[in-house]
Amino acid sequence: MDSDTIVEARGLNHWFGSGEARKQALFDVNLTLKRGSFTVLMGPSGSGKTTVLTLIGCLRAVQDGSVRLLDHELNGAAEAELVALRRRLGFIFQAHNLHESLTAAQNVMMGVQVHGGVPDGLAQQAAIHALGLVGLSDRTTYLPANLSGGQKQRVAVARALVASPALVLADEPTAALDKDSAAEVVDLLKRMGEARGTTTLLVTHDNRILDRADRILTLEDGRIVKIEERG
Amino acid sequence: MSRLLQALFGRLPIGWLQLSHNRTRFAAALAGVAFANVLVFVQLGIMNSMGAATLRPYDFFQADVMISAGDANALADGGNVARQWLLQAMADPDVADGTGLFIANVPWDRGEKDISLTTFGVDPAKPGFLSAEIAGDIGLLQVQDAAILDRLARGLGKEEAAAIRPQSPLAFETQGRTVTAYATFAGGGGFGGDGYMLVSDQTFLSLFPARASAAPDHILLTLRPGARPEAVIARLKTLISDPSLRIRTYTAAAEDDLRYQQTKRPTGIIFGFGVLIGVLVGLVIVYQVLSTDVADHLREYATFKAMGYGPRFFLGIVFEEALVLGIMGFVPGLIVGTAILTLMGAITTLPLAMTPSMAVSVFLGTVVFSAVSGAIATRRLAAADPADLF
Ligand SMILES: Nc1ncnc2c1ncn2[C@@H]1O[C@H](COP(=O)(O)OP(=O)(O)O)[C@@H](O)[C@H]1O
Ligand SMILES: [Mg+2]
Repeated sequence: MDSDTIVEARGLNHWFGSGEARKQALFDVNLTLKRGSFTVLMGPSGSGKTTVLTLIGCLRAVQDGSVRLLDHELNGAAEAELVALRRRLGFIFQAHNLHESLTAAQNVMMGVQVHGGVPDGLAQQAAIHALGLVGLSDRTTYLPANLSGGQKQRVAVARALVASPALVLADEPTAALDKDSAAEVVDLLKRMGEARGTTTLLVTHDNRILDRADRILTLEDGRIVKIEERG
Repeated sequence: MSRLLQALFGRLPIGWLQLSHNRTRFAAALAGVAFANVLVFVQLGIMNSMGAATLRPYDFFQADVMISAGDANALADGGNVARQWLLQAMADPDVADGTGLFIANVPWDRGEKDISLTTFGVDPAKPGFLSAEIAGDIGLLQVQDAAILDRLARGLGKEEAAAIRPQSPLAFETQGRTVTAYATFAGGGGFGGDGYMLVSDQTFLSLFPARASAAPDHILLTLRPGARPEAVIARLKTLISDPSLRIRTYTAAAEDDLRYQQTKRPTGIIFGFGVLIGVLVGLVIVYQVLSTDVADHLREYATFKAMGYGPRFFLGIVFEEALVLGIMGFVPGLIVGTAILTLMGAITTLPLAMTPSMAVSVFLGTVVFSAVSGAIATRRLAAADPADLF
């Protein structure tokens, strides 16, 4: 595995439930994410996209096969190691999940302070800078309740990116947004990724996003059925 | 506040921001904590005043050892002691002096209301057994039917009490006799009577013809300087052949009395339970607020978990909330509690008051119990699984 490889999954199988209800969700999934790449994971609902994301994101234990993330083997890794690895990732969820009692800047600061030892002033500066990059300079002191859906998701993007993560995992980040906001959020992810050399894995079934991807993986019934390389 | 907490925790004061975000709930929670504090303060105040009132009459006398009947759980409780044991005790080389103490309540018809005076019959020839304040006036009791009256007795006017002097005594009828008060001392109304009165043992026996001079309620002894009370008590126990008698140091007798009032008497037990209930109410309120707060923010907490925040971070938030609730609820609780105790003290003339030690212990208790509720509430955090967020 060379130093340009951020994620490498080999022979990944995953099951949910136990006994009679046990059901295989992933079958022999193999994928590699190179540093700085922008990969879109597509597929019908229930095909296993989220499962792949949560496994790579250290949010679920790897059951069978291997996932190497930032030179760490996730299969059999201790919880503390997984927590430490998660700090190097940026997550963007379908719902923004902003904290209702924190301002936009404070929400973004949470993405800095997780690393500990960052002085408040610096964390705040970084947060305000990140909010500027997503076009929300004039909304830093707003509570989420006073932001639009698109603005909230942009705050979530700023929170995911503020600490320059090695890998951004986004699961249908535009599903709840109108067309313009969706395009804006994806462009933002793409631009900020390019500016900072961040690797992005984005799950969507939104066709409008596809032309921004370097590579499109298609998942069906837990198997990768198509890999499409783009410019 | 926000800045203070931020400096204190070295991170955003999320607990505080979260609590103060929902103002109605925050106010209700603070009111709840304050209410629990008031409950505890009032019960503690009553318990303390009961303790002070129980110990008050022990201050009127001075002795090293007290001999009482086996069933004499309190000063005015139980049977009497044969005077012959006083003579026996005097035979011990370390016993310097001894006297009998008589106790009974007399009613005093004050017109609109009868009051009850706890009356002590003492030997006027032995001022050494009396507190300094009383000892100076003890000679006045040589006169038959003379009394020294409690100037703080309930139902006795301040001016009326202040006017009592040898040259302007106050006479009143009780037990079919006319008692004349020539002087006063500071006693105070308690739970067992409205005040106190001292008379000579002779006067006492004429007020209570059924009582015998040979059977006082307690025997008080003073010891020679340097004598060890425990050793003397051990010797007295072999010397005095009635095993049912309680022979204790005077201080131990007072402590036993206090313990009896607080743990054996129904009133003491009820107020003890009151304190417990106050603590439980506070615990439940803080737990309820914190666990609802955790439940309301599960998605946000799950997000923080996904971002890499560990269990200590979440414990910190909940403890922060518990501290804020405990401290901010304590202040109004202290103010209202002080007001209620002062008011109750004025109405009942019981020694009811907020004491610094009460305030400090209730404050520490509030903080500790809030933290405990917080710790219990964090168990709900386990339900925040970041894998469910996608
Ligand atoms: N927590 C879970 N428990 C049981 N089954 C699950 C769970 N999560 C996902 N699955 C199942 O695994 C399969 C893949 O789900 P998922 O990865 O969420 O698909 P997608 O994100 O592509 O819609 C589906 O059949 C789904 O029902
Ligand atoms: Mg999904």
